[in-house]
Amino acid sequence: MTEPAIRIRGLRKTYITPEREAGVRAALRGLFRRKTKETRAVDGITFDLAPGEIVGFLGPNGAGKTTTLKMLSGLLHPTEGGAAVLGFTPWRREKAFLRQITLVMGQRNQLIWDIPASDTFELNRAIFHIDAAAYRRTMGELTELLDLKDLLRKPVRNLSLGERMKCEIAAALLHDPRVVFLDEPTIGLDVTMQRRIRAFLTEYNRRSGATILLTSHYMADVEALCRRVVVIHHGLLLFDGDLADLVARYAPHKTIVVRLADARVDLSAYGEVADRSDGSVTLRVPKAETARVTARLLTDLPVTDLLVEESSIEDVIARVFALEKP
Amino acid sequence: MNYYAQYYLQQLKTVTAFMLQYRAALGIWMIGHVMEPLVYMIVWAAVASGGGSTGDYTPRGFAAYFIVMMLVNHATYSWIMYEHEYRVRHGSFSYSLLRPVHPIHSDLSDNLASKVVTLPIILAAAGVLAAVFHPDLHPPLWAAALFLPSVFLAFLLRFLMEWTLAMAAFWTTRVEAANQMYFMLLLFLSGQLAPLELFPAPVRALAAVLPFRWMLSFPVELLLGRLTPAEALTGLLIQGVWIAAVLGLMRGVYRAGVKLYTAVGA
Repeated sequence: MTEPAIRIRGLRKTYITPEREAGVRAALRGLFRRKTKETRAVDGITFDLAPGEIVGFLGPNGAGKTTTLKMLSGLLHPTEGGAAVLGFTPWRREKAFLRQITLVMGQRNQLIWDIPASDTFELNRAIFHIDAAAYRRTMGELTELLDLKDLLRKPVRNLSLGERMKCEIAAALLHDPRVVFLDEPTIGLDVTMQRRIRAFLTEYNRRSGATILLTSHYMADVEALCRRVVVIHHGLLLFDGDLADLVARYAPHKTIVVRLADARVDLSAYGEVADRSDGSVTLRVPKAETARVTARLLTDLPVTDLLVEESSIEDVIARVFALEKP
Repeated sequence: MNYYAQYYLQQLKTVTAFMLQYRAALGIWMIGHVMEPLVYMIVWAAVASGGGSTGDYTPRGFAAYFIVMMLVNHATYSWIMYEHEYRVRHGSFSYSLLRPVHPIHSDLSDNLASKVVTLPIILAAAGVLAAVFHPDLHPPLWAAALFLPSVFLAFLLRFLMEWTLAMAAFWTTRVEAANQMYFMLLLFLSGQLAPLELFPAPVRALAAVLPFRWMLSFPVELLLGRLTPAEALTGLLIQGVWIAAVLGLMRGVYRAGVKLYTAVGA
């Protein structure tokens, strides 16, 4: 069996943050007795990633995703537990480890603001000690896949958000890392640019065989890129498995939208009426019943149109978080 | 080529590109660097020619002192104490920790590269000041030969000291007060405001045991021919001892600072 590229065991991170009420009196009290609060950002999570795998790491704001990514890239010391990335303990930040990983933070940038991105690329070439031939090859590939040709000579401050993110990703991948941590790489981008970045990541993973752990708020990212997802909430691991299994487990229903000549007909005998508008009724029915209910509807009623839909991934995830614990 | 040589060379190219983007800002910054010693020079020359007590400094002696001081200050100046606080507060220091090289190299190469870019301008300014104020500068050959090594050691000492103090930002992101205190001490005890010889004996004694004289005044005194060979060699040795001490301190403070940074949230 191959060694996992990333191995996480009981990883926990607790932050101690100062806490006080509003007002002058509370501020004065705080001078003498400081109240602190323990926040468990990550609460003992365990999972592995095989080499070359792309995994979607999902959770609402404050779930502990970024904290986990920072621990795995060596920026944070865990409070408890262990992790190995390519066999290294990340928070020791050994040079051999740092040369093989990268972290892209969608809301922060490493590009030098006032000069063209190509200058930052050249600096990264020197920092990561990339030899000239490898640099030319990687740069050529990234330029082609991300369509960077017209962007490289413009000062970074003159690039659009999407153009800048493409250059950020290129800067982070120049040293050909074996493990890539992506924290919200498509945040704030328009739909076309999101699609472009997704296509790039798929192709990059195929070509380089890099292991990718990706957090995103956009379910389209996860659907397009990841077969496997890990879901955390309040620092706890709620689900780890195939996206399809997540849907099966947390979305036991399908939706049937029925359009009728007379939409006032009572359909509650067929399933749960979720919505009724504009001459159509939306029914929620257990998955196993879908075929039977559909047949009955078509036989019993003057149906003008009928549509059977899976729950959207957004709905599924919302249900997972609503349930809080598995 | 050696890894660090390549890295520093690339940083030089990047900084040159960066600084040329802001030519006006560069000009204003350079004017500031020239104006400060110019004001001191004019004031002290006026005191000397008015019969005030200025030791054996003549107006032309002051011209030499402040022109050389301007050059040494330029060579040893760093802005890391302002910059580090900003990058800790905004989290951009995280990127430095993700690179397979100690962050001090990025700051050191950035500083050296900026000096290389601005050197022709500051030399031209020194030339203009020399043409106007006729400095009295006749160093013995051995002193002139030791001047550059002493400036280099002064630069290392000042850079390491300010880099270490900058690390305070790991503990508090309100480091302006500490910075102000440091710059006040530097202004008085490094000879920036006036030659240390003109201060009362207790201040001179204090300046000799603190590191500030060795960051600025010492190379200036050397080039002005005001030191004996024994004093010059002792001075270089003291610079070396201070550098070793501050380097040790820097390593400890950096390690503790990063430990804290990576514990509370990078």
